[in-house]
Amino acid sequence: MAWTWFHRLGSPPYIYNLAARLTPWFAWPATLLMLAGLIDGLVLSPPDYQQGDGFRMMYVHVPTAYMSIMIYTTMAVSAAVGLIWRIKVAHAVAASCAPIGASITLCALVTGSLWGAPMWGTYWEWDPRLTSELILLFLYLGYMGLRSATEDVQRADRISAVLAVVGVVNVPIIHFSVVWWNSLHQGASLMRLGKPTIALSMLIPLLLMLLAFTLFFVAVLLIRLRAEILSRERTASWIREVVTP
Amino acid sequence: MNESGLERPQERVGTSIWAAAGLTLARDLRLAFRKRGQLVQPLVFFAIVTTLFPLAISPELSRLRDVAPGVLWVAALLSSQLALEFLFRDDAQDGTLEQYALSGQSLSWLLFAKTAAHWLLTGLPLALMAPLAGLSLGVPVASVPGIVASVAVGSVALSLIGSMGAAITLGVKRSGALLSLLTLPLAMPVLIFGARATELAVKGESYGAPLELLGALAVLGITLAPLATAAAVRVNLE
Repeated sequence: MAWTWFHRLGSPPYIYNLAARLTPWFAWPATLLMLAGLIDGLVLSPPDYQQGDGFRMMYVHVPTAYMSIMIYTTMAVSAAVGLIWRIKVAHAVAASCAPIGASITLCALVTGSLWGAPMWGTYWEWDPRLTSELILLFLYLGYMGLRSATEDVQRADRISAVLAVVGVVNVPIIHFSVVWWNSLHQGASLMRLGKPTIALSMLIPLLLMLLAFTLFFVAVLLIRLRAEILSRERTASWIREVVTP
Repeated sequence: MNESGLERPQERVGTSIWAAAGLTLARDLRLAFRKRGQLVQPLVFFAIVTTLFPLAISPELSRLRDVAPGVLWVAALLSSQLALEFLFRDDAQDGTLEQYALSGQSLSWLLFAKTAAHWLLTGLPLALMAPLAGLSLGVPVASVPGIVASVAVGSVALSLIGSMGAAITLGVKRSGALLSLLTLPLAMPVLIFGARATELAVKGESYGAPLELLGALAVLGITLAPLATAAAVRVNLE
């Protein structure tokens, strides 16, 4: 019936070719949007009345921070799909997400730290957001460590999927406990970003960068997914047709 | 391994779930008491870690009192990690876990019983020992009930988180460091609320709110952790 399109998504050759075809459709818009966002954000938009030009770190920091959580969700959802319906490709997607997520999380921490140095006068503050972001990095590293420590790929898939799902239950708990932990200790923190008003001239480049980073993630994910499928299916016969020109 | 193909409910005889859990618990306790030396190791470790802080920071009780809640909780968290690696390992190697999986009883329930045994052997002794270590760090005697309560409740959650980690790393050889990498981030809420409850108890204030949050974490762990543990054990038995 109409479900054939769904079944095809579970087939590695189909996904391999689909990923190859889709990659440019994400990579090029990501590049263009990122260029536009950077030019708009770094050159055209006005400096902040308080932070001067320092706030321009926001155009990289906020998208990476947002992506770090979105990639974890993507990873956990595809791991759960793989665990429940035993779809190998879904496990491959989860496995490809983890290194991207870990590096994006590291980027968010580093850019935040560089932004914090001139604004707060310190590279690191035990702020709830910073702390939960750091814990998120540990979760990614644990996931990758578990995968690399388990030799059998199928077992690594399923066992790391259990971990990813446990993590997704626990991440909000960790986040709120960390928020409460600090709010119990001290008053308002220095970090007051986001919710309140942000000028339209700053909002537009920020949205451009958010979209650019999302597309960038999808493009990198598709490339990694192809590599992952190649390495998993290296003994399959269809690989020969794909690889030999 | 398809569970539904192996289970034959109509032929299941006798053992109720309570009896099965009781037998599992009793077996684990009996096995543990045959190796008494290993049983006290986490406690000795806990005592040694708390001894390190006066040496490293300062022997002044006034300064130690400020850091005592944090010291107690970090030490308790680390000692609860010690025995975890072997929580399921021996039973996985000699085939006991496979028998559990095939027994027709709920695997998550049996593993929960094993985790309960683990808590009785590590969490509860730690809770009883924590006030002693606390008193040596200069906390007032009046705070002892608060310390016992917070460590006792918090260690329930720690045991359950640990059982998930132990089940997940069952297939990994020499899993000690990886196990800590997986479980410690998940255990951070317990550390936060536990240390907060202890801190309030030491200051002589009401520690009800963080203790209730610890209880909530423990209840959440009791409801969800055994499911994840059983899923992970099944994957590693495949």
